[in-house]
Amino acid sequence: MTDLSVRIGSLTLANPVMPASGTFAEGLERVMDFSRLGAFVTKTITRELRTGNPLPRVVERPGGLINAIGIPSKGVPYFVEHTLPHYAPYSVPLVVSISAPTAEGFASLAAELSAVPGIAVIEANISCPNIEEDGKAFAMRAGSTEAVVRALRAATKLPLWVKLTPNTGDLPEVAAAAELAGADALVVANTILAMAIDLNTFQPSLGNVMGGLSGPAIKPIVLRQVYQCARVVKLPIIGCGGIATADDAAEYMLAGATAVQVGTATFVQPAAMISVIDGLAKFCERRDIARVSDLVGAVRNEETDEADLEWVAPPQ
Amino acid sequence: MHAEEPAMGGHAPPIPDSTLPGGEWSAAIAAELAEVLANTAINTEYRHLVVKCGRPALDAVPGQFFQLLCPQPAGEQPYLRRPMSLYGVDPDAGTVEFLYKIAGAGTRGLAMLHPGDRLDIMGPLGVGFSLDPAWKHIVAVGRGAGLATLAPLAKAARAKGMHVTAIFSARRPDLVLSVELFQSQGATVIPVTDTERTSGPAHVERLLRGLIAEQRCDAFFTCGSSRLMRVQQRLATEFGLRGQVAMEQQMACGIGLCFCCVRDFNVKGEIVHRRVCWDGPVFDILEAIP
Repeated sequence: MTDLSVRIGSLTLANPVMPASGTFAEGLERVMDFSRLGAFVTKTITRELRTGNPLPRVVERPGGLINAIGIPSKGVPYFVEHTLPHYAPYSVPLVVSISAPTAEGFASLAAELSAVPGIAVIEANISCPNIEEDGKAFAMRAGSTEAVVRALRAATKLPLWVKLTPNTGDLPEVAAAAELAGADALVVANTILAMAIDLNTFQPSLGNVMGGLSGPAIKPIVLRQVYQCARVVKLPIIGCGGIATADDAAEYMLAGATAVQVGTATFVQPAAMISVIDGLAKFCERRDIARVSDLVGAVRNEETDEADLEWVAPPQ
Repeated sequence: MHAEEPAMGGHAPPIPDSTLPGGEWSAAIAAELAEVLANTAINTEYRHLVVKCGRPALDAVPGQFFQLLCPQPAGEQPYLRRPMSLYGVDPDAGTVEFLYKIAGAGTRGLAMLHPGDRLDIMGPLGVGFSLDPAWKHIVAVGRGAGLATLAPLAKAARAKGMHVTAIFSARRPDLVLSVELFQSQGATVIPVTDTERTSGPAHVERLLRGLIAEQRCDAFFTCGSSRLMRVQQRLATEFGLRGQVAMEQQMACGIGLCFCCVRDFNVKGEIVHRRVCWDGPVFDILEAIP
């Protein structure tokens, strides 16, 4: 039996597989046994009430989809009263994704939620527009990342995961800034800014014009970003980008991820997370790897002769 | 592409006890590789797909839908599943049926299926129609593909001893779907068509007022036409009748996760967003906004 547990800072997860924010809700309980997941991750909540973007909100493209849902949120009281109780019966750690338009907004929301029982982790989605910096996402730059993470760190004692954007050329610097400012883990990454145009109408396919590309199409890009971040920070990294299978998850772990988030794949195969968990166990058993955490950062860069590779890919 | 729901519309159905932690968990929704038994053209526009499957698919009720993972036609790569209304279910035969029109990459892929092929179907999804045992006569009003969504109501209503009058609208008489299916279940079918100039809202309203006057309309069930839904909303208000509508919206996940398929609903004067895939697709007709 492979030991599937992983440690993210002070927190131990039963396995490294969890949903990506925005692709998980109570309804999935009808599809899968929630008690099998490594963690729960809620849709992003905001203090302000948000209805979300105009329709259409999703357009598919080969190997994925572009979404501009717009973070509809019913606010904190609704979340505490109606959403939290669904997860209370489980021992699976609950990660609450939050967003705000200012560093102070992030901090006050984190502080308020830290007083609510049943929340194990705050995941700060700092890929959202920062109104104090002309709408640029906090995570676009190291400076704004450091400022918002410092504010968050001062506001909560809960484990703080910081979700970064792939839409920056400064990702390693941004990751280092989040570490310096006190994050406990990084989620790398989010959707990639994208667009589609309807050739029948000449109009943008999304009501919001631009959206975020997700799905298998983005996996090689985000995998590279996880690898880059893992080389500059000591923090645990949670890989998120196009993971649909156990092989994808293993690849991310080899690149340096301690855990993974599965998002868009759930839209196509609703029990995808369960297959990834089962598949990771098989992947390790087949190679005699005792602990799934042995995969973390185990990518081999140096020249290797064939004999050494046999344990990696045993003869079929 | 739709499904429907009972009169209380808009609230996510309760999670069955069996899924609570500590109990034996079992899937109420699952993706299954179903075997294609038939996939044939029934007129110049629509095709009829029959698949053999197990539970929970066979627990589907009228108004619910499935998400089909369509085969990829040459040169096209549909990534998401395609929502498809339940056209029929036979738990004894172990079959589920769909009626579809080739409209895009997904349905072009579906048309390629042959008997013996496998099709990944996920369901049953959403909230279906509800039939109040107090009703004796119900009226189904549909147009186009909406007739496919209404189709399984015929059998369900008969099983509860209700009589169905169906007003079915289409562009041409040869495109009116499900007439024999309804008649075989003892329903009265009134086809109305554009070519015969009988499908306009004024004429349909006259027909409906006649049924109400004869006390043959305890509730409306509708799908596929905003114009005809408005007529029924007006009559439901005027005569204090109940009604349910199966609504459509572009979907991604089909299980209430992504909030891609929200629509506006008027709930006691307040406009609220609801997810067609999860809170519906069947909604209270008086809360629906065309």
